[in-house]
Amino acid sequence: MDALDLARWQFGVTTVYHFLFVPLTIGLGIFVAGLQTAWHRTGKEHYLKLTKFFGKLFLINFAMGVVTGIVQEFQFGMNWSEYSTFVGDVFGAPLAMEALLAFFMESTFLGLWIFGWDKLPKKVHLACIWAAAIGSNLSAYFILAANAWMKHPVGYEVVDGKARMTDLWAVLTNSTALAQVPHVIGAAFIVAGGFVLAVCGYWMIRKNAPMWRSAARAALVMTAIAGAVVAGTGDMSGKLLYEQQPMKLAAAEGLEHSTAGAPFSLAPGIEIPYVLSFLATNDPTATVQGTEDLQRRFEQQFGPGDYRPDQTVVFWSFRVMIYFGMATVGLSVLGLWLTRRKRGFPRWLSRAFLLALPLPLAAIIAGWLLSEIGRQPWTVAGELLTASSVSPGVTLTEVAISLTIFTLLYGVLAVAEAVLLTRHVRQGVEEPAPVPAAERREPSLMY
Amino acid sequence: MIDLWFVIIAFLWTGYFVLEGFDFGVGLLAPVVSRNPAEQRQSLQTIGPVWDGNEVWLITAVGAMFAAFPAWYAGVFSSFYLQVTLILVGLIVRGVGLEWRGKVRNPLWCDLGIMVGSGLPAFLWGAVFADLLFDSAPAALLGGAFTLAVCALHGAVFLALKTTGQVRRRARAAAMTASAAAIPLAVFALSNLGTFPALAAMAALAAATALIWRRREGWAFAATAAAIVLATLAVFMELRLRPLPGLTLAEAASGAYTLTMLSWIGLITLPFVLVYQGWTYWVFRKRVRVAPAN
Repeated sequence: MDALDLARWQFGVTTVYHFLFVPLTIGLGIFVAGLQTAWHRTGKEHYLKLTKFFGKLFLINFAMGVVTGIVQEFQFGMNWSEYSTFVGDVFGAPLAMEALLAFFMESTFLGLWIFGWDKLPKKVHLACIWAAAIGSNLSAYFILAANAWMKHPVGYEVVDGKARMTDLWAVLTNSTALAQVPHVIGAAFIVAGGFVLAVCGYWMIRKNAPMWRSAARAALVMTAIAGAVVAGTGDMSGKLLYEQQPMKLAAAEGLEHSTAGAPFSLAPGIEIPYVLSFLATNDPTATVQGTEDLQRRFEQQFGPGDYRPDQTVVFWSFRVMIYFGMATVGLSVLGLWLTRRKRGFPRWLSRAFLLALPLPLAAIIAGWLLSEIGRQPWTVAGELLTASSVSPGVTLTEVAISLTIFTLLYGVLAVAEAVLLTRHVRQGVEEPAPVPAAERREPSLMY
Repeated sequence: MIDLWFVIIAFLWTGYFVLEGFDFGVGLLAPVVSRNPAEQRQSLQTIGPVWDGNEVWLITAVGAMFAAFPAWYAGVFSSFYLQVTLILVGLIVRGVGLEWRGKVRNPLWCDLGIMVGSGLPAFLWGAVFADLLFDSAPAALLGGAFTLAVCALHGAVFLALKTTGQVRRRARAAAMTASAAAIPLAVFALSNLGTFPALAAMAALAAATALIWRRREGWAFAATAAAIVLATLAVFMELRLRPLPGLTLAEAASGAYTLTMLSWIGLITLPFVLVYQGWTYWVFRKRVRVAPAN
């Protein structure tokens, strides 16, 4: 165990944890903005109640996304100073753009939204939640463009042992990023849709209230559309892996030797022939390179070393991502079919919706494990090894201290967040009065 | 181009210290100037709509350092590893405390988190920058104590400016106490630098004290803000020559292409940011009154 191992653990723990909250921020923000828009358009009070109810859940979650995100920005410099020095010229630009173009907008307009219920004209107040939600989605684009560059570096040259950007546009329109951005944002909408379904399911089991049905129906539509986006861009990503990251593709199947007409394993030992080749190239007979063959090639190219990622993690995370993600989307399509033309929600379906919370969260985390553990042993593919990225001056003790502190703190906060969310879900909302109440001042959400 | 980016980064850090400086002070002093839950809520509501936007100045400053001076960014944050870890802990507990306190049954834990999470970074940022300049533990302690006292003063003046009633009165008293600590600390901490902005910062602190004494809260706030601007300026004038031991800005800088691209992006976006953040302060310009518990 050395500082490198602990630094990797810390990055893994803090990033996975951060990403438990991010998808909800991305998807739920837009969902809440949609609810408030529906209230504006129709004037129906139950949309306002839903806006405030889901808005509160959104804010509880948002706080965690923000504070765990700050750690990420400092962590590159703290634990990965060699990496930061090597990549900063390229990698720093999207990070700075993320702060300037997205984070300012997100945080400023969210503050206006939370405290502006009584102070702003209605339309301006509505615009604030949209601006905040769009800011969140923009931030996803910039950070994913930065991340995509690590896996498929473009628009740079290496001068004096450092990457130098030569083309910002190439970095921002990296093919890997263009496939990854809609894939991850779509997945975030599935997580958010699943979250709303689980909350609505919980309430529909208990009482037959129209407002939960209308929220659930909206979430079903959102999840199903996002599902189509994720499937389409997942397919694009598979084809890009074939060209750009063949080792990850091979490890995801556990394919040791280059194979024509490579199969896809549903589970170890249960293979469907030709599927992997087809997914990777649209040609069922194409040859997919195997890990052992690639290992030999990389040794010749980069010198001795092990260039294979952890096969077990990559293999299983690939499957968890696909199965759990597809299960959630399948559930939403089934739900849409069963409730077509205002048919009611069967009780068993409401119960099944409870699964729509954990399943897509597991899928999206598994997707990140596939993406980032599958990138190993590189931080920047073909340019910089993870082992050469770590801060040389930071000691094992220091990393152990920060890892312990963050893990404990995050653990406590996870419990607190779960308790808070559960309590607010259980509180529910008051049903709208049959006769709309007279215009009254709504107290601010926060204080 | 290198100088331009150094100035932009100094500007972003200055914005951060001026804006989050009073957030930290309010977080620290809220329990001091409030005698009941309604007053505590009143105090914290002065920063409620703006603190998160203020914190983005830090994210942007650090992001800009990463992009424009990668080796400086990497060097600073890996050298001050434990201090930065504790700053992050502070920002985390403070952030969730502020966002969650209206949604929990007993906000005591949140208030504690806000106080500790405001005090810790307020002290540690001063300690980190002083250590960066002077490379000595006593200087770091002095620097930390100085920024802690100045944040408390700045926050107290802000509270006095933004509240009514008892909280406003107690905030003025707290400002007098804080300046009694901040001025002597400033004399020790800033005389180490001895440059004109450092001396002017001391004068601004003295002016702020006189102004708050005479109940000119708006002018007093302008004076504490000016003191922070001047002190940050003094620090960055030193850092320009030696951003980190054994490192020059030119060595740390990104290439001309990246800096040019970043300049365009910064020049186009920063005015928008300033306008809409300024608008937020305009929307919430009224003093916050004590609201009955809801």
